[in-house]
Amino acid sequence: MPDLKLLDAEPTEAEREAIDAVVGAEPAGSDRVVRSRPRRHLLLPALRAAQRRVGWVTAGALGYASRRLEIPPADAYGVATFYALISLEERPAEVLHVCTDLSCALKGAVVPEGAVPSPCLGLCELAPASLRTIAGERPREIQIPEERLPVHGDKLLRRIATGEPYGELRALARARELGPEAVIAAVKASPLLGRGGAAFPTGLKWEAVARQPVKPHFLVCNADESEPGTFKDRVIMEQDPFALVEAMAIAMFATGCEKGYVYIRAEYPLAQRRVQDAIDAVGIDVELRIGAGAYVCGEETALFQSIEGHRGEPRNKPPFPVEAGLFGKPTVVNNVETLVNIPHILLGEDGRDTRLFCVSGDVARPGLYELELGTPLSQLLDTAGAEPAKAVLLGGAAGSFLRPDQLDLELSFEAARAAGVTLGSGVVIVFGEDADLVSAVLRIAAFFREESCGQCVPCRVGTVRQEEALHRLASGAANGDERAVLADLTQVMRDASICGLGQTAANAVASAIENLGVLA
Amino acid sequence: MRITIDGVTTEVDGGTILDAARQMGIDTPTLCYGDTLTPVNACRVCVVELEGARTLVPACSRRVEDGMVVHTDSERVRTSRRMVLELLGSSVDLSTAPDALAYVDRYGAEPARLGTPPAPAPRIDNDLYVRDYSKCILCYKCVEACGVDHQNTFAIAVAGRGFDARISTELDVALPDSACVYCGNCVAVCPTGALMGKTEFDLREAGNWREEEQAQVDTVCPYCGVGCTLTLHVQDDAIVKVTSPDDHDVTRGNLCIKGRFGYRYAQNR
Repeated sequence: MPDLKLLDAEPTEAEREAIDAVVGAEPAGSDRVVRSRPRRHLLLPALRAAQRRVGWVTAGALGYASRRLEIPPADAYGVATFYALISLEERPAEVLHVCTDLSCALKGAVVPEGAVPSPCLGLCELAPASLRTIAGERPREIQIPEERLPVHGDKLLRRIATGEPYGELRALARARELGPEAVIAAVKASPLLGRGGAAFPTGLKWEAVARQPVKPHFLVCNADESEPGTFKDRVIMEQDPFALVEAMAIAMFATGCEKGYVYIRAEYPLAQRRVQDAIDAVGIDVELRIGAGAYVCGEETALFQSIEGHRGEPRNKPPFPVEAGLFGKPTVVNNVETLVNIPHILLGEDGRDTRLFCVSGDVARPGLYELELGTPLSQLLDTAGAEPAKAVLLGGAAGSFLRPDQLDLELSFEAARAAGVTLGSGVVIVFGEDADLVSAVLRIAAFFREESCGQCVPCRVGTVRQEEALHRLASGAANGDERAVLADLTQVMRDASICGLGQTAANAVASAIENLGVLA
Repeated sequence: MRITIDGVTTEVDGGTILDAARQMGIDTPTLCYGDTLTPVNACRVCVVELEGARTLVPACSRRVEDGMVVHTDSERVRTSRRMVLELLGSSVDLSTAPDALAYVDRYGAEPARLGTPPAPAPRIDNDLYVRDYSKCILCYKCVEACGVDHQNTFAIAVAGRGFDARISTELDVALPDSACVYCGNCVAVCPTGALMGKTEFDLREAGNWREEEQAQVDTVCPYCGVGCTLTLHVQDDAIVKVTSPDDHDVTRGNLCIKGRFGYRYAQNR
């Protein structure tokens, strides 16, 4: 697009260097380079680099990135304004993002003056938590607190629990002996269901991609873990990154993927470093992509849009990713926890089907617990030392609240479905006797309003109207129509939203009203 | 392929559920859909119930598959359509959106129970057309028309997120500082009057826009050799708006700045 109208502003030398480090130096003496491959997928990395250098994205940086990547400035502006962690307004080089989400609120989170309130930072077991971002010549991000808790589990979490080093990539070697078809057969024969929330059989997904004649195939590891209360993927990536990278190598081998991507949320700097080191050590063609503050990018098609350099707006399905995913090619998308099950399946040493549960809130021993599917929730709560609970939020902001008399629920996909709840991403937040459930419900409503991408009407406006109705009920300013409005909003968001964010935006709120009687 | 819609089975050659419904004479409401644009299925007013699907599906973009069974007027469909219209009517000024207003009536929507739309906020930064985003339903049509679907100028995009999402130029600069070439193809596809020719805007402000009295006269654009068909909208013996038919082989509803806005010479008397 050589005739694009560009922004007038010029980047500073520092901004130019930061962006060039991502997109390559500008070829001297030629302003018209015809490129065979569009490079817009580098937009978000370029904007991130500029912001890490000077603290925010200036007009000069935006203009330079759009010129170098041949993206219309209006389009680049639309992308930049989509992501909560990209700032187009001047701000200090150092910013403190303080989590005000459910688990941190239970632990008394306070936002000091000058700090920015943040949705869940995925450090729920260490609540209250925050993230310090420091821009400059040596940019860095620091998760607070920096300590890590022991984990509880002996299959997926065995190495982390025992401190045993990773050792050789035995499962990858085994996969190469077996060949792609036998690997897929083994995964299909296992009970493995996707752990990202949708519980789709992993083997079927792999097989569907492996069979696609269209090439290349891509593997995308969804590590954009942003469901409030979820931190399992972070713990794995921080403390056992080789398990993930080995699993990605196996998945790529089995499904004929030329290249892999792992998309890690920006709030996880330690996980990013550890996974990058493991990728380098194993030497596979996997590229690390870093989010920029958008829960919706955990939706697989929004994640593709984000990698491709667009706003994270979910696509309509069909076509499904196995057919037309990243860059329009057949794509395997797997969650981190799903993938780390793969080495165990191939080595056949431990046949138990386990799941990770992220326990936080009013408990003595918050943290990550690995349980065999079917374990009663009450047993998990006992192990974690939960206070007598007024309510438990299962599955995260998109999940549901349980009453004290419902805590004997079996933690399995089937039992959850039968009870009309979801295990979601394995979130278990305990609300003790003194917890403020009204605030929790309002926080969940605010979360969905903030995180809605804005593409479809039911979610864009529905999440706002839902929050308003709840505030009227909470403040005693109700007009009498709120329950009917909320019921209608629940139905239209569930039935007519494009993606899972809108479809589940009323779940927890509705369960709090119907099941707990909060604001009823 | 065979598809059953509202109990009637018919044979179609591909296309979307919307195409099939129209072929069968079923009037399906649409707002973000445009005959000449790629469906974005963002407004969700066209949703229908597809047997076997967990959620409702957008008729405008869901391709027909053999054996589909679809309901376009079930309770679920009517509820979602009514709610979409209430949500829009509570957040957007629909006063110059005749289709949306008709759907509000048809589905018995009561937007007032959800909220009140913002006051008008016209942005007048050029002589040719006016933008009033208090009337914008964010259907993406203008962005598509400005982009690869029609004009390839890329002057506008959706910016921001969630309820704060809006159509914007880069850094929200005024149109004369943007890449806009004033073809007005965005104005032509806008379903709500959020984008409006300056002549129409001025006449409406003066209370003198009388659409029902306007004659529409087809002619050929006098400027260049392409020969676009112009439809002149005439009121009180003066041209007040120029469009081109969507089904025209050459223009597909599009014009350039001269054809769309360069008509004043014709009425210098």
